[in-house]
Amino acid sequence: MIELEGLTKRYGEKVAVDNLTFTVRPGIVTGFLGPNGAGKSTTMRMMLGLDRPTAGDVRIDGKHYDRLKDPLTYIGALLDAKAMHGGRSAYNHLLCLAQSNGIPKSRVAEVLDTVGLTAVAKKKAKGFSLGMGQRLGIAGALLGDPRILMFDEPVNGLDPEGIHWIRNLMKSLAGQGRTVFVSSHLMSEMALTADHLVVIGQGRLLADTSMADFIERNSRSYVRVRTPQRERLLDVLHQAGVTVVESGGALEVDGGKAEYIGELAAQHQIVLHELSPQQASLEEAFMQLTAESVEYHAHTDTPVEQPRPWGEGWNRS
Amino acid sequence: MAAIQVVRSEWTKIRSVASTVWTLSLAVVVTVALGMLISALSKNEFDNMSAKDRLSFDPTFISFAGMTLGQLAMIVFGVLVVSNEYSTGMIRTSLAAVPQRGAFLFSKIAVATGLALAVGMVTSFVAFFLGQAMLGPHRTSIGDPHVLRAVIGGGIYMTLIAVFSMGVAAMLRSPMLSLGILMPFFFLISNILGNVSATKKVGRYLPDQAGSKIMQVVPRIDDDTPYGPWGGLGIMALWVVAALAGGYVLLKRRDA
Repeated sequence: MIELEGLTKRYGEKVAVDNLTFTVRPGIVTGFLGPNGAGKSTTMRMMLGLDRPTAGDVRIDGKHYDRLKDPLTYIGALLDAKAMHGGRSAYNHLLCLAQSNGIPKSRVAEVLDTVGLTAVAKKKAKGFSLGMGQRLGIAGALLGDPRILMFDEPVNGLDPEGIHWIRNLMKSLAGQGRTVFVSSHLMSEMALTADHLVVIGQGRLLADTSMADFIERNSRSYVRVRTPQRERLLDVLHQAGVTVVESGGALEVDGGKAEYIGELAAQHQIVLHELSPQQASLEEAFMQLTAESVEYHAHTDTPVEQPRPWGEGWNRS
Repeated sequence: MAAIQVVRSEWTKIRSVASTVWTLSLAVVVTVALGMLISALSKNEFDNMSAKDRLSFDPTFISFAGMTLGQLAMIVFGVLVVSNEYSTGMIRTSLAAVPQRGAFLFSKIAVATGLALAVGMVTSFVAFFLGQAMLGPHRTSIGDPHVLRAVIGGGIYMTLIAVFSMGVAAMLRSPMLSLGILMPFFFLISNILGNVSATKKVGRYLPDQAGSKIMQVVPRIDDDTPYGPWGGLGIMALWVVAALAGGYVLLKRRDA
């Protein structure tokens, strides 16, 4: 269990983390979501006692991080895959961490095996690919067999196989009753792994909710219909008591079933050009939630050119 | 957190990187080889020396002549031991494992100091004996008064140079910045300040000028240095303590 209370970090005038209060509970994967620069990494560094909060408090199982005896046995963290000396072998990197926390030597070989790096244990870390570096970082987090695990953007730069592996690892760790806290800026990734969601933007808490609630509240499903007999279909749908929203050239039927609409159209002999169930993505919901607080907006100065209908301008030249 | 765990961990760190081996072996080789060369040259020069120079001829100190260059390798060793943590990003992993920053820093420095002392002592004794062999008829013996003190002092001097560099690196964090300040300071600036009469009185309180007094057996004529060999070493030790204290205070207060 990790408890944050009014956690705040200021760098001069700039507020990186603004009065965060939330709890990370055991037995589930908690996703920590926010756009780049939202303060996720700063928050995680404060949890580990690396950065000093300007105000507020973080407690790990009720204690401050620097009061933990052999902290790696309480909480294992992957902050940055590059946070290691490249000239040291994977084995020695883990060995020095193990020794500092009184973890038996045999555990080093075990975690190397867990992350699949046994074959390169004696190789220097600087020759490692990003994925291997990430695995070595995770091995370091698992070293003390901690009850709490914390990963900062663990899937960044990984290949699909590596991403799959990390997802399953996090789920199995939570399944063993551990607290798993993982940050990401990708909603789609969180939707696959997290049970609970903490969303921040510009250092402020925007949401602290279960994943199921978030999906239910934010995902809108509808059916998109295109027809040349627009007025007739609208009449038919109105008579059937179905609400329709017009959007561009198409009709959007909220919460409707595609089968039902298709059958209705067939009964009235209405031609359909498109009938497709749609799901507003969680990514969109997340972007809406954080839109106000995105720090670096990309500006599109040139308006996007609309594709011209086919055949237009055939007689111009 | 048992301090012994952290010391063991730091020993694994220091022995598992290549820079430890090459900086320390460079310190030994350069100090000994240059000491031998200058001793050999001094033997041939002796007959051409003035009577005054012959009176202050110090065979022990001459055999340590290589230290002016060899100490630079010790500086690199001291700087890298500490600043490696920052330049590689390892510091965040290290402090997450050992959040007691004092225990972290002083375990690291204790291990590196022990290693530097072992290497420094070996270097000093080897440089002395091989240097004396080169000096031929003008050599001195380890049994002569004050000679053993000078040879042991030479080992301590090299160690303190390394520890001072560790303290400076702990303050500055960047290896380039630390080396960029320490190397020219010990190789040039300190020598200039110590040899120009206007700044001599200040220059002799600099760490290397004061500390190297321990390696002299025959005092220079008209030497008016207000401290003796151990006094000089004490002045150097004060510099080291100040650098370490500065490094500790900054590490304690800074975000990692």
